Amino acid sequence: MTAANSAHSVVEPNRSSKRIAGTIVILYALITLIPLVWIFLTSIKSPPDSISYPPKIVFTPSLEGYCNLFTTRTRQTPDYIASLPAPAGTCEEVTRKRNMVIAGPSNFLPRFINSLVIAFGSTFLAVFLGTLAAYGFSRFKVPLADDLLFFILSTRMMPPIAVAIPIYLMYRELGLSDTAVGMILLYTAVNVSLAVWLLKGFIDEIPREYEEAAMIDGYTRLQAFRKVVLPQATTGIAATAIFCLIFAWNEYAFAALLTSGEAQTAPPFIPTIIGEGGQDWPAVAAGTTIFLIPILVFTILLRKQLLRGITFGAVRK
Amino acid sequence: MTISHSSIVENAVDATARATPVSVARRVRGLSDRAIAWLFIAPAIILLLAINIFPLIWAIYLSFTNYRANRPNAPVQGVGLGNYQRVLNDPDIWQAMQTTAHFVFWTILLQTVIGFSLAYLIDRKFRGHAFWTTIILIPMMLSPAVVGNFWRFLYEPQIGLFAYAVSLVSGIPTSDIQMLGNVTLAPWAIIIVDTWMWTPYVMLICLAGLRSIPDYIYEAAEVDRASPWRQFWSITVPMALPFIMLAVLFRGIENFKMFDMVTLLTGGGPGSVTEVASITLKRVAFESWATGRASAFAIVLFVAVFGLANIYVKALNRVKQR
Repeated sequence: MTAANSAHSVVEPNRSSKRIAGTIVILYALITLIPLVWIFLTSIKSPPDSISYPPKIVFTPSLEGYCNLFTTRTRQTPDYIASLPAPAGTCEEVTRKRNMVIAGPSNFLPRFINSLVIAFGSTFLAVFLGTLAAYGFSRFKVPLADDLLFFILSTRMMPPIAVAIPIYLMYRELGLSDTAVGMILLYTAVNVSLAVWLLKGFIDEIPREYEEAAMIDGYTRLQAFRKVVLPQATTGIAATAIFCLIFAWNEYAFAALLTSGEAQTAPPFIPTIIGEGGQDWPAVAAGTTIFLIPILVFTILLRKQLLRGITFGAVRK
Repeated sequence: MTISHSSIVENAVDATARATPVSVARRVRGLSDRAIAWLFIAPAIILLLAINIFPLIWAIYLSFTNYRANRPNAPVQGVGLGNYQRVLNDPDIWQAMQTTAHFVFWTILLQTVIGFSLAYLIDRKFRGHAFWTTIILIPMMLSPAVVGNFWRFLYEPQIGLFAYAVSLVSGIPTSDIQMLGNVTLAPWAIIIVDTWMWTPYVMLICLAGLRSIPDYIYEAAEVDRASPWRQFWSITVPMALPFIMLAVLFRGIENFKMFDMVTLLTGGGPGSVTEVASITLKRVAFESWATGRASAFAIVLFVAVFGLANIYVKALNRVKQR
């Protein structure tokens, strides 16, 4: 901070101040990255390499973590292993070196698919409902609009665990416990408040005159909404979708309390991956890596909308 | 109910789009703006009522009873304000509130100072600033639980990278760097991870604040020969203050609810030094199964956050108007 303060002017930062600013930011960024790089490196280590001291930076890459993530294995005697036919694939080969045979698939893939279905399903619903409501609040005189909007926002102040108790009871009555539908509805409800707030900001920015002109040309209100407002709001909708997706993809508390098997998502599952004698860190790291990739790719592709999304949300609040 | 409402809207929108049967189009055309407004807003409100407000009201009801969720068939008795009395007199709960306040204070302080400094530096627009900003943003996109779980590995004294790095720099033997097992260090272990994750968020909002300051103000200050230091304190900070306060509000509300990261890193331990309110709440609700008392605690928490947030928003609005 001191370095930046010595800049001559904020209007025209000079070269050396830019260089100092750049160096500090890049340094921070690199430190930020270390845990992430370490997750990836651990995912391609063999279990002994992953827990050696000092931590190994140079090692022979191994697919064991990924194999262990996707399979369950049973221990066998070396004699039994030797009597088996030649291993059919890399995973079988790696596994046999540890005197184990693959017993079947693990739960990771179904949990990962649950995450995909629930996160994308609830994001779609939240953005859909949020867009409609935001348009409603933005364009029409809604009685008690401010109170309604504040009420919508205040639903986010409750700790998830607090709401989880009655939702747990409610879902038990309705048979929605541990179902994807239940989780989608829940995440949609949590996200819709954010969606309404963010999208209202974006839609407020679109001049009303556009729709009025369209309606004079013979469009109905709904046609004007669909053909004029929606295309204009695309950026805002994309930004909102990212925020909703990040929440639904990463959510842990509700998922841990309300799902146990069928509808369990990856966040409560990954920490439970254990090997022989404790957490199987390469497998955990492999699961973490795979789990992080979609959101990472999505965010990098849409980073401009992300920046706009958070700033708009901030300005509008 | 929600589904039928949203499908009405969907059908209506689709119908107009495809300009299918005249009768449908006419019917839709006939909708008044008022009807459309309600048609648009109702689905979101109904969903919130069903999944947020109804449970909240249920929680309020439960908070006055001795209901236990693990015995759904036992008779439910009203206990008046008994649960609230017990909650407010429970030293464990006060301890948890204090722990939470401690976390909120330190995480917000660190995140605001680092986040604002970074935003200030990025605002210099050095070469490649967009790229590095994107890199810095990555942690806030990740799952606190999944990443928190991995940080447990990084903190491991015998094998973890964190202890190794600290020991390299400081010369302290790794066996003494028990981040998660040590009563003094464990809260800081969580504060470090939270700061790593959420500083980018504060940074983004601060960046928005800095970008909203018009250049001509600095130009005018330049003409008046105001020193950079003076410009920073009389222009940059006050103009960005509403944004900084907003970031503090958002982070404050979020960290008040802190749960996943703590659960995965320490589970509230060692002892109960990192037991934040949400963890105590979970213990009361899903381990002791004292649903009524847990609900009373939840309501107390909600009222506390709601009240504090309201006071804070009033202050924020005053700053904004200045």
